[in-house]
Amino acid sequence: MAAVEVATQTMSYRDAISKVLSEEIEANPDVFIMGEDIGRYQGTFRVTQGMFDKYGEKRIIDTPITEAGFTGIAIGAAMAGLRPVVEMMTMSFSILAMDQIINHAAKIHYMTGGQAKCPLVIRGPGGAAKQLSAQHTHCLEGWYAHAPGLKVVAPATAIDAYGMLRQAIRDDNPVIFTENPGLYTVMGEVPDDREFVVPFGKANILREGTDVSLVGYSRMTQINLAAAEKLAEQGVSAEVVDVRSLSPLDMTTINASVAKTHRAVVVYEDWKFGGFGGEIASRIAEESFDDLDAPVVRCGGLNVPTPYARNLELECIPDVDDVIAAVQKLG
Amino acid sequence: MAKAKLEEIESPAMLEEFYRQMLFIRRFEEKCNVAYRLGKIGGYMHTYVGMEATAVGIHHAIKPTYDYMITAYRDHPQPLLLGTDPVKVMAEIMGRSDGMSRGKGGSMHVYDIERGFFGGWGIVGGHIPLGGGLAFASKYRNEDRVTICLLGDGAANQGVVFETMNMAALWDLPIIFCIENNEFAMGTRLEYHAADTELYKRGEPFGIKSERIDGMDVLSFHKDMQRIVDWTRENQKPYWVEIMNYRFLGHGAADNDRQLYRTKEEEDAAMKRDPIARLEEILLKRNVMTREKMEAIDEELTDQVEAIYEQADASPFPDASEVYDNVYTDMEPEKGH
Ligand SMILES: Cc1ncc(C[n+]2csc(CCOP(=O)(O)OP(=O)(O)O)c2C)c(N)n1
Ligand SMILES: [Mg+2]
Repeated sequence: MAAVEVATQTMSYRDAISKVLSEEIEANPDVFIMGEDIGRYQGTFRVTQGMFDKYGEKRIIDTPITEAGFTGIAIGAAMAGLRPVVEMMTMSFSILAMDQIINHAAKIHYMTGGQAKCPLVIRGPGGAAKQLSAQHTHCLEGWYAHAPGLKVVAPATAIDAYGMLRQAIRDDNPVIFTENPGLYTVMGEVPDDREFVVPFGKANILREGTDVSLVGYSRMTQINLAAAEKLAEQGVSAEVVDVRSLSPLDMTTINASVAKTHRAVVVYEDWKFGGFGGEIASRIAEESFDDLDAPVVRCGGLNVPTPYARNLELECIPDVDDVIAAVQKLG
Repeated sequence: MAKAKLEEIESPAMLEEFYRQMLFIRRFEEKCNVAYRLGKIGGYMHTYVGMEATAVGIHHAIKPTYDYMITAYRDHPQPLLLGTDPVKVMAEIMGRSDGMSRGKGGSMHVYDIERGFFGGWGIVGGHIPLGGGLAFASKYRNEDRVTICLLGDGAANQGVVFETMNMAALWDLPIIFCIENNEFAMGTRLEYHAADTELYKRGEPFGIKSERIDGMDVLSFHKDMQRIVDWTRENQKPYWVEIMNYRFLGHGAADNDRQLYRTKEEEDAAMKRDPIARLEEILLKRNVMTREKMEAIDEELTDQVEAIYEQADASPFPDASEVYDNVYTDMEPEKGH
């Protein structure tokens, strides 16, 4: 890639999201944000901090606690040509709006035979924060990726959050943009470029290796990076594939990595049983069978409602040791 | 469209138009039922027979194709009135490639976005927040559109209705919730599904102007709707209207068991409220039209519907390769089994 001189800033994942939201609000009068406590209260996770004062109540809209209702209003507004960004206080609450998202937003373009579009973004924290217990911790990206008509992305780094959220807002399709709460404070270099986008459907190799591919997305990519570091100390060269975009899914990059390493571990925070990692694993098995020296292994969240006690909660979420144990299973 | 004065609305020409439109809808819907029985139409299909005055009265109260409209699955008459090519409506109902959605939607999912008709939805109550969103968008852009959001008496019990009413009132959205109270939600009679059967009262707790009106007399209904639409446009606030009508046939074409939820006597009594027969009485009384003229119009419309059907039936089924089209605007979904 040709080196282009673009100034960068070091900032957190949270600030990268906040930055692109502000920039897109400024760039396009059709863009507005709606959600619970995002305005006067500045957002539960402070992603929209300062925006209400700066852009006013027309653009930064505090909603009642009615996820299905306001998501539906956003969908209707999108059909009529606006570009709403809906913040879910946590993605767990989007379950209340699932009928609106899956039964309505995802199908508009298809059922109208292309007459209508639904340029909508639904974003918010998905996955475990810290001791938020069973009802505030869901990873729903796999549920959404299951539905045709939605695009689903789960960036792991500040720069991807910045570039993928802009892509999401400019996209003419409904996009689910999930932000793991554990990522908000992760720092990274972000370009100072109001046109910077990261296209969907492109996985990214964050660390090269030769012995095993660690395939993951969202916060699990950060875990995979840490695991690769530790594996290197043990003489195992792990390649970290950051999937970034679940739908569309870039199997080309994933298969190419497996062709090189001949082994794959798919890591995901969602419940292991029936989760999106299973889709990736089966695709690798189908498409890279001849390259594999061992069965593809999944490393996912425990199949339990997330418990409150910190030690139990940590038990549920894949960590560096769990990833290393999964790699060791490959023999 | 300049707003017609009442005298104009009640002019012989306008009365004839009301009559033709209601009768056209009825003959179109009856043809759909025949086609359904012939196996030319599949799935779920719900007709508007008995409720024609509601669609026609609303159509004449709004600025057609400028105002927004959204409804559930009883969605054939609205696009027909808005000027959508009836062949394309029929072809969609028949799942053909000349349909509005190229056969992807079917009877329950007819849309004409260009004419402000946003469908066409099958999840009872699900489209109501979308209607709120249409009104939200027009308000956001400082337009003076109103949004007509039609819903059934059964749909009025869904949670999202109350969510949307709250936000519509909170944000002053120019939306008219039009409950088509045809007394039944499928096979469940109003008094078995609503704690208080006076559904119009449900707007009051939200401070939404509310009323109940007769939807079987197209002339009085049209006047009521005109007043309500004008008020909503002027004041840019929501309105909650309970429109009393009745569906004469089964819930859908697949409902052959009306005796399970209503008697023949009840139906006969309801038929006396037939909006078309009622208008015929008025036309005769005012010497606007003779019986012979009515029969001639009926014959003409029946032929027209027949021709529409024939044309739609000549349209091919969509090509199998189209199955992946329009899942996304800019990419194809994962392919293959
Ligand atoms: C969420 C949901 N639940 C149930 C159904 C099945 N269903 C379809 S129509 C209907 C009755 C709706 O009655 P009403 O709202 O009064 O409308 P009408 O058919 O009388 O016009 C039911 C139960 C559905 N389509 N969606
Ligand atoms: Mg009903």
